[in-house]
Amino acid sequence: MATDKPKLAVHKFSSCDGCQLALLNLGEPLLALPGLVDIVHFAEAGPNSPDQAVDISLVEGSVSTPEDIQRIQQVRQNSKLLVSIGACATSGGLQALGNFANRHEWMASVYSNPENIEVLNSSDPISKHVKVDLQIQGCPVNSTQVIGALRNLLSGVAPRAEVHSVCMECKRQGLICTMVTQGEPCMGPVTLAGCGALCPATGRGCYGCYGPAEQLNDRSISDRFEQLGLDAQAVLRRFRFIANSAAGFKAASEGLRGDTDG
Amino acid sequence: MQQSAKIERQPGFLPRADFQRLLDGVVKSGYQLLGPVVKDGAIQLMEVSDARQLVKGLTNEQQPGHYRLQQTAGERLFDWNHGPQGLKPLCFAPHEVLWVEQKDPLSFTTRLPDLKPTAVLGVRGCDLAALAIQDRHFLHAAGADPHYRQRREQLLLIGIDCAHSAESCFCASTGDGPSVNQGVDIGLSELDDGFLVWSGSDQGEAVLQQIDLAAAQTQQLEQMARQSEQAAQEQQRKLPSAEELMRLYQRLEHAHWQQIAERCLGCGNCTAVCPTCFCYDTHHEVSLDGLSAQNVRQWDSCFSASHSSMGGFKVRGDILSRYRQWLTHKLAGWQEQQGRIGCTGCGRCITWCPVGIDLTKESDAILWEGSLDE
Repeated sequence: MATDKPKLAVHKFSSCDGCQLALLNLGEPLLALPGLVDIVHFAEAGPNSPDQAVDISLVEGSVSTPEDIQRIQQVRQNSKLLVSIGACATSGGLQALGNFANRHEWMASVYSNPENIEVLNSSDPISKHVKVDLQIQGCPVNSTQVIGALRNLLSGVAPRAEVHSVCMECKRQGLICTMVTQGEPCMGPVTLAGCGALCPATGRGCYGCYGPAEQLNDRSISDRFEQLGLDAQAVLRRFRFIANSAAGFKAASEGLRGDTDG
Repeated sequence: MQQSAKIERQPGFLPRADFQRLLDGVVKSGYQLLGPVVKDGAIQLMEVSDARQLVKGLTNEQQPGHYRLQQTAGERLFDWNHGPQGLKPLCFAPHEVLWVEQKDPLSFTTRLPDLKPTAVLGVRGCDLAALAIQDRHFLHAAGADPHYRQRREQLLLIGIDCAHSAESCFCASTGDGPSVNQGVDIGLSELDDGFLVWSGSDQGEAVLQQIDLAAAQTQQLEQMARQSEQAAQEQQRKLPSAEELMRLYQRLEHAHWQQIAERCLGCGNCTAVCPTCFCYDTHHEVSLDGLSAQNVRQWDSCFSASHSSMGGFKVRGDILSRYRQWLTHKLAGWQEQQGRIGCTGCGRCITWCPVGIDLTKESDAILWEGSLDE
């Protein structure tokens, strides 16, 4: 059905589909979305035309196979604007932990015929292979953030970039600091806001899925984590987790004393 | 330059067993009552109506980056000092819609908070002093903030003298505590057997008229004075004098700023818990259909990149310059702008800093240690 509405595609690369599910979980705004855009491709939701030219592509997942490279170049050619969404698409995701190891040895230890698996040597963010117009972090993304960005892009306005640490979101919501009251290590002070302080709101520390805050003092928070009882390996793993290959966290983990499992 | 006079106390006495009568008097006067309750491991203000809901027999351990509640042997209701927030969120909302817009036909409508009269039980001297500072900022004659004013006008403040100090308290050195000395509607001092109670405003007096207070005994008045003195003496920290703090401006290149920057996470917690920090940011949230929008204000921090962003350029691009901005503004700049330092000695920035940076120690180091050379 041809309309003059802007066309939207949601593409999936190496990922768990969680960001697509986060979009599907939006509730009412999701029902309003087809009034504004033609959703031509969104496999998790039904529409399946991956090769159509569109105004905006939302891309979930990392680039981790040769076929992914071909496909993301095609998506880029077909898209006026390309927005990478989620930790996989913006920093390589959990699967980028393999970047710190010999992935071929790992595969050999898991699969009986690893030669049948064709993968790149690293799991990369979309931006490593094509130009990305906007990145939205999170594991999964905060779908309200994605919808807000879409609205701005449709209006031709630059979406508002989040600049605070997760701590500011905690304090605005009146959440009580787990680190100060329980001695529980929390990545909130060095993690970019945007999630709405999801984990601290349930009484546990932030695990940094949004990646590094604008200022990242990894040395100071690592020292603090050690004072709170984490050993060097445990501190390392705070950085080397969901957003392990986001630039600041990657550099932080490579500089830490616990970096012995690489 | 303190604008409010010290209260002339003429307290009556309310036995401990009768404390509920004060709460009843407040509620009967039409206020919802916020009182200290333990929630998520911290003392927080929650709606209460029964004295049995209140914190009892608890004290607080507050050290750099560390807050814990401890059981005491006693029955006292106010043996702690303060929770993670003062009065700030009640007047200067952390997140609020300022106005809403419709596209067709074009309209702009101010969204003012609709609040019930609210009494706050257990407000400390430091937080009352901080509220007076926020009042000067948000209610100044040149243009009062209507959202702040709407909230502020609903408040009835029931203050309490601190009988003890936490380790991170230093209000005696700023002159803002440990006793309540300004801005209360009702003042309290907790003694072993009950409370000395006095009014500080007509609204407070109207509440107290419903309560039969006994005459205060001389030894009770003496205990009140003794406790305040003791709380002040317990304080281990102090801030340099206002005059001395002005010299921070001469030490902007001191090597110690770099040492602080190596510890500071730049997270903004100190500014969010500070009862006087007033910085905010506004942004637009547009509805998905593009037909309406709201203008939202939320707490900002001088530790965020946007705070000093001008035309896309970050004036303060690193943690060092942001911490220096915070400390010098709070302790020196405010004196020029507001007639006093912007710190009332509550010590929250010390307690709630995830890495325990201590502004009293940092100020001392910058003022008194080393040379001016980098």
